[in-house]
Amino acid sequence: MTLKRAAAITGIAEMRPSPSPDGKSTLGIMVEVAREAILDAGLSPREVDGLLIGPPITEMVPMWPAHVGEYLGIHPRYEDVVDLGGASAAGMAWRAAAAIQAGLCNAVVCVTGEASDVETFYAPRTRRPTQQLPIREFEAPYGPMGVNSGYALIAQRHMHEHGTTSRQRAKIAVDQRTNACANPDALFYGKPLTIEDVLASPLVVDPLHLLEIVRPCTGGAAFVVVSPEIARRSPQTPVWLLGAGECNTGLTLSQYDSITTSPIAVSAPTAFQMAGVAHKDIGLLSVYDCYTITVLITLEDAGFCRKGKGGAFVEEHDLTFTGDLPLNTHGGQLSFGQPGLAGGMSHVTEAVRQLQRRAGQRQVEDLELAFVNGNGGIMSEQASLILGVE
Amino acid sequence: MSEAYAKPLPAPSPVTQPFWDGLREGELRIQRCLDCGQHIFYPRTACHHCLCDRLEWTKASGRGTLYSFTVVRRAMNPAFQADVPYVFAIVELEEGPRVTTNIVNCPLEALRVDMPVKAVYDKVTPEAALLKFEPA
Repeated sequence: MTLKRAAAITGIAEMRPSPSPDGKSTLGIMVEVAREAILDAGLSPREVDGLLIGPPITEMVPMWPAHVGEYLGIHPRYEDVVDLGGASAAGMAWRAAAAIQAGLCNAVVCVTGEASDVETFYAPRTRRPTQQLPIREFEAPYGPMGVNSGYALIAQRHMHEHGTTSRQRAKIAVDQRTNACANPDALFYGKPLTIEDVLASPLVVDPLHLLEIVRPCTGGAAFVVVSPEIARRSPQTPVWLLGAGECNTGLTLSQYDSITTSPIAVSAPTAFQMAGVAHKDIGLLSVYDCYTITVLITLEDAGFCRKGKGGAFVEEHDLTFTGDLPLNTHGGQLSFGQPGLAGGMSHVTEAVRQLQRRAGQRQVEDLELAFVNGNGGIMSEQASLILGVE
Repeated sequence: MSEAYAKPLPAPSPVTQPFWDGLREGELRIQRCLDCGQHIFYPRTACHHCLCDRLEWTKASGRGTLYSFTVVRRAMNPAFQADVPYVFAIVELEEGPRVTTNIVNCPLEALRVDMPVKAVYDKVTPEAALLKFEPA
């Protein structure tokens, strides 16, 4: 079985991230981006017969698909909440394609949104009977700093095992900021960065500095996955799903076999094999970047460089949109902002935007294939995609 | 000790109670699978190596190595603010499993990945003790 060319992404929409909700609600954001994506795809509400939602992090509401569908006038025959953390958006893309291939539906709108700010995001949230989840019972008493401390543990161990340096990680943040300076929608647009700036920013959770960590904010994104038949009459260039892979290895860091190797080592090869393409054919990497270390390990585990050589690899390559290895051309979440699960979706929308030649001043030339990676939990939940245009 | 302990405390279940009871009594108790022989942490109803549900409680040595650590310099939960900078860590027990913990009684500059550590039983309330580690 394969999902190669089972479906294409045509329409996309993305709300410009902002530091705070400014009166917007999470539902309001989700219906706004969903509407724009459906119109971008040239469809009417009743032509959309599938709906996938990424659950907002700060608003745990039952039955999101019903709320969003009703507001938009969509009556989905295929609907779900895809709860894979930052991997949700990439996970939605292949689920939608699989549902279309199975004949369950023809056009699926995939939606994320979050009305939040730094304070709301980090405020302790009321969680009812979850006290007995192992991650609460055996981690919370020791004072983790959200997931920040988990990624810090990964970064520390990676330095020990492979000699990776903070300077090498900082290069990732700097190149992505250069990209963000060509993206007026980015939260940190117009604020160039140097490696020294990153290293001089406060240590928050050693060895991670403030400028290696995403900033939670408000925003939303949506994309529409359609059948080949609908794709061929789309007003937009169809961006075909060529390969997909997924793998999850838990959530509690102490339970991983290794914290420095992620299940991208499974999801990415699966996607590459399905697509039948090689790494050298990939013209754009649009990969989850909640922290600098996330990108470095993604490059290794997806096979763009050898295990342990990620640090040297990012030093040797220019990751900007004019460079030899364009990566996170929208700025990545580190510079674009992280509006809940819409942050993860920004890697899908940017890859589509680039492949459709709609990326404006940061357009990557002669682009045909992109590698997209979604990462959830603490590098434990991975969904990888290969997207391409004809 | 008149100040109330404001940090999260474990809410033991019947499955996990023997572990927490052990800490209160100054002993590290973990499970071992009677079928495949592997040690298990956190406590479970079945072995996650082979799904066998015949598990026994054993006394672990309390010795291990520092698998990884971070220094938390900004607390997310305000109850930890007075402790910053503190060390949040994973220790690999001699018996195999890894545990999330804090490293105590160690200057920050002396921390090294893979350094030997030994268990400390920190009685944070009359009812609850936490498993922490210090340099061995």
